[in-house]
Amino acid sequence: MQRPSWAPDEVDIDRPSAARVYDYYLGGLHNFAVDRAMAARAVADWPELPRIMQANRAFLRRAVRHLAEQGIDQFLDIGSGIPTVGNVHEVAQTVRPDARVVYVDIDPVAVAHSRALLADDPRTGVVQGDFTEVAAVLDDPITRSLIDFSRPVGVLVVALLHFVDDERRPAEVLARYREAMPPGSFLVISHASADGAPERAGDHQALYRRTATPMRMRTRDEVAALLDGFTLVDPGLVFLPEWRPDDPVAAGDHPERFTGYAAVGRRD
Amino acid sequence: MTEPPGCGDTPDPVDALASAWADEVEGTSYVPMAADELQAHLRELAGLVVDAVLADPPRPDAGAEVGRRLVSAHFTGPATLERTVLLLVEALPALLGPGVTPAAHALSGTLAGGYAAALRDRTLDEQEAIRRAVLAARHHTEQALHASEARFRAMFHEAAIGIGLGDMDGRILEVNPAMTRMFGHSADEFRRLTVGDLTHPDDAPSVWRLYERLLRGEIDNFRVEKRFFRRSGKEIVGHLTLSLVRDEEGRPTYQLAMLEDVSERHRLQENLEYQAYHDPLTELANRAKFTERLERVFTREGPDSTRRVGVCFLDLDGFKTINDSLGHGVGDRMLQEVARRLGACATGGELVARTGGDEFVVLVEDSHGVDRLVALAERVLAALAPPLPLAGQELVVGASIGVVEQAVRETTASELMRAADITLYTAKAEGRGRWAVHDPGRDEAETARFTLSAALPSAVAHDEFFVLYQPLVSLADHRVRGVEALVRWQHPRLGVLSPSLFIGPAEETGIVVELGRRVLEYACRDARAWHDEFGDAAPFVSVNVAQRQLAEPGLVAEVSALLDRTGLPPDRLQVELTERALTIDEGAPLKALDGLRAMGVRIAVDDFGTGYSNLSYLRKLPVDVIKLDGSFGEGLREEDLSDPVDERIVGTLVALGHALDLTVTAEGVETEPQAARLRALGCDEGQGWLFAPALPATDIARMLRRGAPLGDPPVRPGGDLLGA
Repeated sequence: MQRPSWAPDEVDIDRPSAARVYDYYLGGLHNFAVDRAMAARAVADWPELPRIMQANRAFLRRAVRHLAEQGIDQFLDIGSGIPTVGNVHEVAQTVRPDARVVYVDIDPVAVAHSRALLADDPRTGVVQGDFTEVAAVLDDPITRSLIDFSRPVGVLVVALLHFVDDERRPAEVLARYREAMPPGSFLVISHASADGAPERAGDHQALYRRTATPMRMRTRDEVAALLDGFTLVDPGLVFLPEWRPDDPVAAGDHPERFTGYAAVGRRD
Repeated sequence: MTEPPGCGDTPDPVDALASAWADEVEGTSYVPMAADELQAHLRELAGLVVDAVLADPPRPDAGAEVGRRLVSAHFTGPATLERTVLLLVEALPALLGPGVTPAAHALSGTLAGGYAAALRDRTLDEQEAIRRAVLAARHHTEQALHASEARFRAMFHEAAIGIGLGDMDGRILEVNPAMTRMFGHSADEFRRLTVGDLTHPDDAPSVWRLYERLLRGEIDNFRVEKRFFRRSGKEIVGHLTLSLVRDEEGRPTYQLAMLEDVSERHRLQENLEYQAYHDPLTELANRAKFTERLERVFTREGPDSTRRVGVCFLDLDGFKTINDSLGHGVGDRMLQEVARRLGACATGGELVARTGGDEFVVLVEDSHGVDRLVALAERVLAALAPPLPLAGQELVVGASIGVVEQAVRETTASELMRAADITLYTAKAEGRGRWAVHDPGRDEAETARFTLSAALPSAVAHDEFFVLYQPLVSLADHRVRGVEALVRWQHPRLGVLSPSLFIGPAEETGIVVELGRRVLEYACRDARAWHDEFGDAAPFVSVNVAQRQLAEPGLVAEVSALLDRTGLPPDRLQVELTERALTIDEGAPLKALDGLRAMGVRIAVDDFGTGYSNLSYLRKLPVDVIKLDGSFGEGLREEDLSDPVDERIVGTLVALGHALDLTVTAEGVETEPQAARLRALGCDEGQGWLFAPALPATDIARMLRRGAPLGDPPVRPGGDLLGA
């Protein structure tokens, strides 16, 4: 039986959570044994995983910084997870001290943690919500109090879409967000893909099936299709380390080993 | 930061150390810094390290601070510490000389200690933070659950409809207050009941079949309207929605009932339905109900049905008179009493309905032959026979009944009712207080009459009638003495119709009054024209006046006005009445005759001898002429054969007429021998084909101008006509 919308989600710390596993990969300590055990199994199969996660986090940092430099001063970070190192508001506020950020996550623990951490920052807000329930996210009073949808906004959907299976129609969901974004807004996405390491991806997806957040990796074309309606910012849809690296060498010789795609699209 | 001694063109040992350090720790931890920021951070730490080992005395304790700052910059990966310790132990002596080795070792130790302490603190903090987050999330979830449970509890408690939860064995687990109010059971009493205890004898079998299917999980819900007993035994009508509640694996777990008390709505609906299908005055079924029931008989039968159906269609005789003379109150009470008596006759479950003002019908939905219907009709007539004590009088109400009994497959509901209508009409025509049984052959004629009857009012309005005149001759000389005005209907489709086809219906519908008025007027105008042309030789005109006309209070004044208007001398007008009209009615009609005679108008009795004449009564009547019905002269027509009985009857009637000083006219004179015999018997005037058929007024005028006798004039002694 599907849980009706009025029944709150249970807090089950006996199941690994994608948000806490991600924290662990980044060297965070906001995680439990069950999360670390799962991470350990994943790393055993795929030793580069922590590096991939770190590359993803580094992309987020570069993208937010780029947007802030383009004048974006309000961000909606959907699937924000555990507010671990290098949070969006910290990055954005180094460029624009008045930047406002709304963090959205479905994981009640991540939301509670974020609220505790950000309680004293009036320019940030935390919403518990589901990416696919667009109206609920956009119309939440916290969202409305911090973000003015008549001005350009940065919408971040980083390392989230591979947790949205085709049945939930991620392209249509993104289109609905796009409709709410005024021209001049940006969409930031990163997406896990098997393109760089097909031999490993199958096992990895199987592993995530045990979590509350199963995985759906997508090919480059599939990811490109999700960006319909946005004009891609240079360098377009690329592997994580290739998106505007801090210095050209930092991308390394084998960017495809960081098997995930990154892109920033502009709403014209 | 203190400048290291001996720096010059050699590379700065701090930069060198920072650069080597960055190379070593790259990728060992995720540090949220851009490459240049990372370089700057490590250069600061390298400065601290170099200063500490070069100090005099060296300050190895500074390592603890460097370790702490590594952790706070998120160098949390174990490999970072490992590589840092190895680097310092090897690179410091290499960069700054072997003298710093002890200090480098000591500093590595304190760095590891500081790093471990900071990482331990950070671990404890972050673990505490994440646990607090879990607690907060749980608390939030519980509160949300409590809030939602409180909302649902309130909803359950305050709902206006009854809600009940039962298990799959039918035991009732929970009911809300609305449910307890609806049934009068307390919640505790309910918990001792099962769903089966809510059975009602009126339940359709389908209700419990649906219930079984729901329990088996074949359907997820159903809705029914059914009756329930309250604790007091009183009944309620409930609109029930029963739903299956499944567990997460889809197994049926509970049944959820939602019940709305619709008793009031039901009562209202029944009331409305009763009103829609019943006559409020008599409380009998109304026409709608009757029609529905009758049509149901037909729609439910197949083409091979052997079912028969019958109706007694009944209409009160003279009800209108009672209503008009005694008032609607009495009329209504009469209808109620009739309804009561009819109801008492319907002992076999027949439907009794009031279908119109004083029209009733009894429906036998499953007939086994006409006998039962006839018996029913007789019972009804007998039941209506005893006088009704109303308005301080004993009122007698009669009824005529049309009986139709037919096989369902041979007719339709509307044909059946049409047959009943015609049969009732027949019963009335045959005399009141009778029943008649539907006879398809006779009905054709009746139908035609019926149709004509319906068309009469508009025919009168459109002046579709005209008048012909048949001469009345003196049997002494065969000269014209008068003419009888005979009305004809120029029917637009059927052509010219004779009065036998329409006078009956005209009398029944009352239109004869208006029709008679027209005929009188035409006749008077034509007679006046003849009078103008022929003076005293002009014929009188004899006009039939119906009984209904005679009863009209204004007749005398009307005739007087007509004579004035046309200028016809009153002695040129003769009024013909049937014997029946004269013998039945008393009072006002006789006064009318007196009034007409006083003006000088002559009165003739038409068809004399066909009714039951009260001969002594005839003496008192204000009458001038008797017209012998043609049937009496029939036996006198043949030249050689004459019926002596007929001769004697006619002779007697003529003698009677003459004794009363009346003129005697013979109708239906067709042959010369007949005319001769009638003359011999003393008849004064004759009328018939021998002399002339009915002719238009212009032909009469032409005939008068010719002045010749009609038929073969009689030979008189003296033969004064022979030479003519």
